Amino acid sequence: MSERTSKLSINATPAGADVTADEADPRTGGQHATVPAQRANRRRRPPLSENKRAERKLGWLLCAPAALVMVAVTGYPILYSVWLSLQRFDLRFPDEREFVGLENYITVLTNEFWWTAFGVTMLITVVTVAVELVLGMGLALVMHRTLVGRGIVRTAALIPYGIVTVVAAFSWRYAWTPGTGYLANLFSDGAPLTERASSLAIIMLAEIWKTTPFMALLLMAGLALVPEDLLKAASTDGATGWQRFTKVMLPVMKPAILVALLFRTLDAFRVFDNIYVLTSGANETSSVSMIAYNNLIRGLNLGIGSTMSVLIFITVAIIAFIFVKLFGTAAPGSDDGERR
Amino acid sequence: MTDTKAKLQWGVMNAIVVVFALVPVLWIMSLSFKTPATLTDGKFIPREWTLENYRNIFATDQFVRALVNSIGIALIATVIAVVLGTMAAYAVARLDFPGKQLLVGVALLIAMFPQVSLVSPLFEIERQLGLFDTWPGLILPYITFALPLAIYTLSAFFKQVPWDLEKAAKMDGATQGQAFRRVIAPLAAPGVFTTAILVFIFCWNDFLFAISLTSTERSRTVPVALSFFTGESQFEDPTGAICAAAVVITVPIILFVLFFQRRIVSGLTSGAVKG
Repeated sequence: MSERTSKLSINATPAGADVTADEADPRTGGQHATVPAQRANRRRRPPLSENKRAERKLGWLLCAPAALVMVAVTGYPILYSVWLSLQRFDLRFPDEREFVGLENYITVLTNEFWWTAFGVTMLITVVTVAVELVLGMGLALVMHRTLVGRGIVRTAALIPYGIVTVVAAFSWRYAWTPGTGYLANLFSDGAPLTERASSLAIIMLAEIWKTTPFMALLLMAGLALVPEDLLKAASTDGATGWQRFTKVMLPVMKPAILVALLFRTLDAFRVFDNIYVLTSGANETSSVSMIAYNNLIRGLNLGIGSTMSVLIFITVAIIAFIFVKLFGTAAPGSDDGERR
Repeated sequence: MTDTKAKLQWGVMNAIVVVFALVPVLWIMSLSFKTPATLTDGKFIPREWTLENYRNIFATDQFVRALVNSIGIALIATVIAVVLGTMAAYAVARLDFPGKQLLVGVALLIAMFPQVSLVSPLFEIERQLGLFDTWPGLILPYITFALPLAIYTLSAFFKQVPWDLEKAAKMDGATQGQAFRRVIAPLAAPGVFTTAILVFIFCWNDFLFAISLTSTERSRTVPVALSFFTGESQFEDPTGAICAAAVVITVPIILFVLFFQRRIVSGLTSGAVKG
């Protein structure tokens, strides 16, 4: 510790001053004047306002590349989709293209196929995310704490996530097809992929198998930040294993849990590959992404397809909003008292 | 005594995890070793073993080219996304500046928008810019769609890092930038490597962008090449070949995870803030 900090203080003066100077350059001319002042002030502690200004600049600089890339790549496509959703636009009848306002939304929202797909998607999302959170937490604990063969366990556990989804889905389909698959032969009563309930169960199983490692990996990295001392102290004070888990680990892991839940839910709600391969949406197993895809790419009905995309987006946005509100200050970007 | 008992318990739990994770993978492997005649016999273990499927996929240049493309594109995209994501996440977690909420919101918005609907506008843009069917043409969208996850994951970790260390470094005269590079970055390593694994897998597995934004071997990635197994060559039964290819392309993932999981070490920071 002391060695590290002393190394830091040696390097600090020249390089540090340069960094601040560089950062000031691209900004407006008036701020150039602050640089020498800052440099001089470094030995005494600089006044708060100077510090704040430098902090802002650094914040912008650090965020700029990421923000630029994201906006440059997705800005136009997203706006274009929203624009399309307000038009009657079917590539099979390009002459009939016109601005229709919210008409597409009414068409979609009064369509029973949409609501069936919506129900299926909701069911899949809720069940898979709930199961994955529990399994993922267990898996994370095993991967994090195990005494034997840690590397092997971690790698093995992550392989399902690493396998190309389409291939994994094909292997499940193969396994559940009577005659060709080991699973279908185990439970030999009819063809499970031709009935709605069993199809949905298989889709969820495939989803859970594939994405639990994603959850577990995020949770495990959160676990890595739980201070060992805190756990030891808790157990010295007589806390049971469950108490240590709920009172010590969970609070520290809250941000990691939020991120894992949030991104898993967003992904689960847009489930596509597995359904596409396993049932192609037969027997009312289509998800909302499936029917959006069918309209956009297959049906070439850009207006309705885009409307569905925007509706999926709005639904997902509501889910995300609820999560962020539920987790309050654990959400990234929220200003809480923990800073500094 | 208790030690061996604990080891045994962990052994059992590890075994459950490994079985849970690997049985479907072994099924794919088993399919890849089956001969066309026994492919549909429904047995978990092949009755006749063959390497024919592996020979077939390496017989043409197509698969190898796709493998090279996939590795190159996924690695470059991962490195850039993690670097940009780390920078932005640090700012989000630690610095106070106007527009922070906006950045977080925009990132989430991008993560939420259905990618299906973004494909055709992207296709048009890339055609006009000459990026279509090139490495950057895929790397850019991958970075973009990996960034929200990277920023969120990393800023969640940055919030948990013991900040007293940064304060200590600053008190010793380090600037904010140095505190970031020398103190926080190493401490946030578990988060960074976790993100790297997730981003790499995302790029590696992507099918939608890869099939829409490429047209030749120049930049076609493995998942897309797989779909062409079904389409063109050996129409009668490509299952064996697909499974063999799936096994082959899982190897880089295993290597990548094996290499990086060591960095997700526990207790990295324990005791660091005590003295």
